[in-house]
Amino acid sequence: MLEIKNLHVKLEDEDKQILKGVDLTVEAGKVHAIMGPNGSGKSTLSYVLSGKDGYEVTEGSATLEGIDLLDLEAEERAAAGLFLAFQYPVEIPGVGNMTFLRTAVNAQRKARGEEEMSAAEFLKVVRARAKDLKIDAEMLKRPVNVGFSGGEKKRNEILQMAMLEPKMCILDETDSGLDVDAMKLVADGVNALRSEGRGFLVITHYQRLLDHIKPDVVHIMAGGRIIKTGGPELALEVEQNGYTDLMSEVA
Amino acid sequence: MAQPALKQTATDARLDALDLPTGGWTETARRDAVARVRDMGLPARRDEYWKYTRPDTLVQADPLPARVFDTDEAPLFAAQNGLKIVFVDGVFDAQASDALSLEGVRIERLAEATTDIHWARDLFGTLEARGQKPVHRPLAALNTAYAQDGLLIHVTQTPDRPIDLRYLRSSDNADAMLHHVIKLDPGTELTVLEDGPAAARLNQVMEVDVADSARFHHIRAQGRDHERRAATHIFGRLGTESTFKSFTLTANGVLTRNECVIELLGDDATVHVAGACVGDGDFHHDDTVFITHDAVNCESRQVFKKVLRNGATGVFQGKILVKKDAQKTDGYQISQSLLLDGDSQFLAKPELEIYADDVACSHGSTSGAIDEEALFYLRSRGVPEGTATNLLTLAFLAEAVLEIENEDLREEINNRLSAWLERHRG
Repeated sequence: MLEIKNLHVKLEDEDKQILKGVDLTVEAGKVHAIMGPNGSGKSTLSYVLSGKDGYEVTEGSATLEGIDLLDLEAEERAAAGLFLAFQYPVEIPGVGNMTFLRTAVNAQRKARGEEEMSAAEFLKVVRARAKDLKIDAEMLKRPVNVGFSGGEKKRNEILQMAMLEPKMCILDETDSGLDVDAMKLVADGVNALRSEGRGFLVITHYQRLLDHIKPDVVHIMAGGRIIKTGGPELALEVEQNGYTDLMSEVA
Repeated sequence: MAQPALKQTATDARLDALDLPTGGWTETARRDAVARVRDMGLPARRDEYWKYTRPDTLVQADPLPARVFDTDEAPLFAAQNGLKIVFVDGVFDAQASDALSLEGVRIERLAEATTDIHWARDLFGTLEARGQKPVHRPLAALNTAYAQDGLLIHVTQTPDRPIDLRYLRSSDNADAMLHHVIKLDPGTELTVLEDGPAAARLNQVMEVDVADSARFHHIRAQGRDHERRAATHIFGRLGTESTFKSFTLTANGVLTRNECVIELLGDDATVHVAGACVGDGDFHHDDTVFITHDAVNCESRQVFKKVLRNGATGVFQGKILVKKDAQKTDGYQISQSLLLDGDSQFLAKPELEIYADDVACSHGSTSGAIDEEALFYLRSRGVPEGTATNLLTLAFLAEAVLEIENEDLREEINNRLSAWLERHRG
């Protein structure tokens, strides 16, 4: 599904190398987790994959089902099936949440040559999905993320994911700022979307999210590289011993 | 008052080129207005009030030609079932208009009202003359003196539909002066819609007297002709517990100066003046607003948003004057521009002048670009860059559009803004 090879990335405006050769393959139907200390390059990886400005790829490649992601605009990557759940979802005053969702869904459909969703059909689907995530009508009417609590913002991310039905989902620290109940709700939303044809890359600091979203593979990232890959037990090891041990072990 | 020689010459040249309508009940007011113009002199480049907008082409005797722009758009307010009144190049077109009859409202043409109408005589040129202090507005006085056409509208009972004024064009050279006088009796309500470019050069004055507890709504769209020029003035006088709401959409037009001068004379009155303008290239748009609080517990809001690209210029001069006894005044003023490139500019002069000690007044003015974070967020969801930019631009304009109370009208305005943005994409 997602294949990253020897990816080197630097900041566009500064001579600062952030990713120093990332190799990673996420298969369809699998959940991969990336853990790592602050500044290891986890969020940069998610931004580079989704097409944010400000980064320069100096070496390597990233493909989604064989399509070169790095050659596409952000919106084209989305239409190709990539989705990033933001660590800090952006507030957009003046744009209603529903308008936003519908514009996004139909833009992707249009880009893929599919028919647009009718207003009635869209409303039906969005209401059902929103209900599962305990998002009420009021939240759907409000401007995108404006005045939303931390938990509401993350649930709204998962709602977008549910509506857009991407092939490859990247979750960037979706657990940050969430209490236990909110985390459970978000994790349930993610688990409901797990399917054979869909890959997940879950970026997190802590093991606790992985109690709820059970990964198939866990990667440890440090200094702009994947330094260790293992099964779910690797996450537990991090939780017990911290990153320092692992990093010295590799070094 | 002695004028600088150049200004005197320019004023004389303009006045000499015009014919003063004579006879009838307006004659005195017109003569008084001529005297005001001569006294003040027409606006010149060095005038402080015209610091950001060059008045030359509005003042000179002959207007610059403006090609008639043929749009394929339906009249903006056609769905509102209003009383349709059409002007072509600033002249009333009886054939294209509905009969001037609307229950509860008396409507007459200024050009035909030769018999004395007391209510109109008391207002015509009166609010304009009041509005000359403390700042001169000579183009408005020029209009009172020489206006060829316009409407006299007296609302005695609330009508069941709006008045829909449509300003069409047929000539590249028409120089129109329109003067409307509107009086709302106590407790009545009226909505006036205006759509269209009106003339190659338009000088328009609207004097509105809103009596106690009356409500006046004004929604205007100024037409898409690129080369047209306009100088408009709205003078409003508000009684106790009355409401005055005016919204203007401006898309295109090489030069537009919209002045709005409101006096809050009765307690607990409300005035909202708003504008959304979008300009691409050779576009200069100036909103000049002057609101005087002269009564207790009144509210005023000024909300102006401008989207500018390819070297377009936006100007905002807005003032709130709170007189000594106007306690409990609630004044709000915001002017913002969205500059879609580095070539465009926004010039703002917000002013507060407050003599009362128990008031809440705030003002803000900003210039900015599209929010890159929001743009990326939208794009990451699959919304193409152009669509995302337009969505964010409409969101930027929303605060001004929201000043329109009627939801259908808001939607009409939003659709037109959206269509403009689609045509003027990146």
